[in-house]
Amino acid sequence: MNILVLLKQVPDTTEMKIDKEKGTLIREGVPTITNPDDLAGMEVALRLKDQYGAKVTAVTMGPPQAENMLRELYAMGADDAVLLTDRKFSGADTWATSNTLAAYIKQVDFDLIIAGRQAIDGDTAQVGPQTAEKLGLPQISYIDDVLEFSKEKIVVKKALENNYEVLECPLPCVITTLSTIAKPRYMRVMGISHAFEKDVTIKTFDDLNIDPAIIGLKGSPTKVKKTFTKEVHSNSDILNLDGKASARKVAEILMDMNFIGK
Amino acid sequence: MNFDLSPKQAMMQKLFREFAINEVEPIAADVDEEERFPEETVRKMGEIGMMGIPFDSRYGGGDGDNLSYILAVEELSKVCGTTGVIVSAHTSLACNPIYTYGTEEQRQKYLIPLAKGEKLGAFGLTEPNAGTDAAMQQTVAVDEGDFYRINGTKIFITNGGYADTYVVFAMTDKTKGNRGISTFIMDKDMEGFSIGKTEHKLGIKGSSTTELIFKDVMVPKENLLGPEGKGFMIAMSTLDGGRIGIAAQALGIAQGSLDQAVKYTKERKQFGRPISAFQNTQFTIADLQTKIDAARLLVYRAAYTKDMNRNYSSEAAMAKLFASEVAMEVTTKSIQLHGGYGYTRDYPVERMFRDAKITEIYEGTSEVQRMVIASKILR
Repeated sequence: MNILVLLKQVPDTTEMKIDKEKGTLIREGVPTITNPDDLAGMEVALRLKDQYGAKVTAVTMGPPQAENMLRELYAMGADDAVLLTDRKFSGADTWATSNTLAAYIKQVDFDLIIAGRQAIDGDTAQVGPQTAEKLGLPQISYIDDVLEFSKEKIVVKKALENNYEVLECPLPCVITTLSTIAKPRYMRVMGISHAFEKDVTIKTFDDLNIDPAIIGLKGSPTKVKKTFTKEVHSNSDILNLDGKASARKVAEILMDMNFIGK
Repeated sequence: MNFDLSPKQAMMQKLFREFAINEVEPIAADVDEEERFPEETVRKMGEIGMMGIPFDSRYGGGDGDNLSYILAVEELSKVCGTTGVIVSAHTSLACNPIYTYGTEEQRQKYLIPLAKGEKLGAFGLTEPNAGTDAAMQQTVAVDEGDFYRINGTKIFITNGGYADTYVVFAMTDKTKGNRGISTFIMDKDMEGFSIGKTEHKLGIKGSSTTELIFKDVMVPKENLLGPEGKGFMIAMSTLDGGRIGIAAQALGIAQGSLDQAVKYTKERKQFGRPISAFQNTQFTIADLQTKIDAARLLVYRAAYTKDMNRNYSSEAAMAKLFASEVAMEVTTKSIQLHGGYGYTRDYPVERMFRDAKITEIYEGTSEVQRMVIASKILR
């Protein structure tokens, strides 16, 4: 069984700052992390490997520095790592990104693709599903648990707003995982010792047989016009009321806002 | 000259830091308060390979270098001095002599489970009358054919009671002094081997410190570690390595304590401003971080020198001497920066201050380190 895990390196959003004049994110000096939902997806893949036996390949599109993330995934237990990197890929929105990923995936054998639900920098939750569409594969998003996995099918628990669905899907397919599905394992000391001896497969534009019009900044239908921090203004009224009166007041406010019925 | 960690070492540091913050820091105060040996942490560290970092994977190790091992002790000690010394005593004092002086059979039998973290190790040298004067061993091993009959008592043994495998020193020939000492690998299950008194200490309270009692323990000949009569040399060279571990523990305690003080002084307001806005606070913090950085360079240099397979006893002694004294100074001043709150158990600097003191004492006091350093210079 071959499992491909799609991952993204993201800026640690707890440390993000915005260039107010340019309206763009300041990426210099901001530490990067592996996107948490994607890391949970890697953990799911490694557990499937432990339980059923599988080859796990980490796939990312990104700048050359993303190689370090891939080496960390080797240290966790990934068997193979692929970096799609080219200046022509940069500036891609989700549509152009999924075009690039799909172009690579079409070239390889796989049974299951796991992507994190969404990345903490863009929060779109689009790349996994779009990749499935472009490969013509069935997809199940928001996976909270994998119940069964075999050569023919996967049975998963999908989170809905207030409940769950148990879904069965033939392979190959794409699933997207929530970060709550599995706590990622630590890297292993031995894994780190040998992570730098392994090769990271690098694929550039020339390797992918893809139309240049559908990748990178030029191939991206969406453009970020401005990035800004939402200013939070609180206009709070301060009332001095006793217990009963304050309860009545709170109830009135909630009724006015239609949170509770009148 | 290059002062950067290699990408591999940096990744190790990242792993150890994440592990320390997620698994060790949350229980550090309880481990101290309850004087509880953190067995669950030892098990988790074994799983990810932290109990045998610098050893060959053929022997269950992590194929890492000594600097990586030192980074582990530093990161653990930033949040919990107890956990730092458990790893240091196990790795430097138990695994390392078996790795260095053991036969292939001894490595297979004892080192593999130790390095994998399935078993815990300890080191038995100190006796009531043989502290700094380690050659005054009164534990005796009598050659009785296929066995040595061992009688005696060891004290202040780190990991005592929780360890499965002990590297123990005993006199095989009293007439020869230093050259009459030999080294043995002992199992906790050997008949006549028992754990005596457990010490109640000022700091590193979760670390188990006990007496070992040997009453007619019959140790098989194949458990003699290194040649007969070479025990003193093995003890001293093992302690050279151990000192880098303790230096890293001191370094970690110092940095952990200053990190707490930095956080506190940014939050604590007096006279309408955070106390970090006062120049006294700023200058104190600047001085302390400078000293910690100097200690770090000495500690990393000692580990690097060992990795280069060069003699590192003087480097290790300097690292331990300086880092332990810096740890005392930094923890003392970190409490001062916290004011009255720092003296309470509501803030970790109180624990770190108590944990720091032992680093000036065990595995050779500061005075012994000065002797080692001076003897190299003046020889």
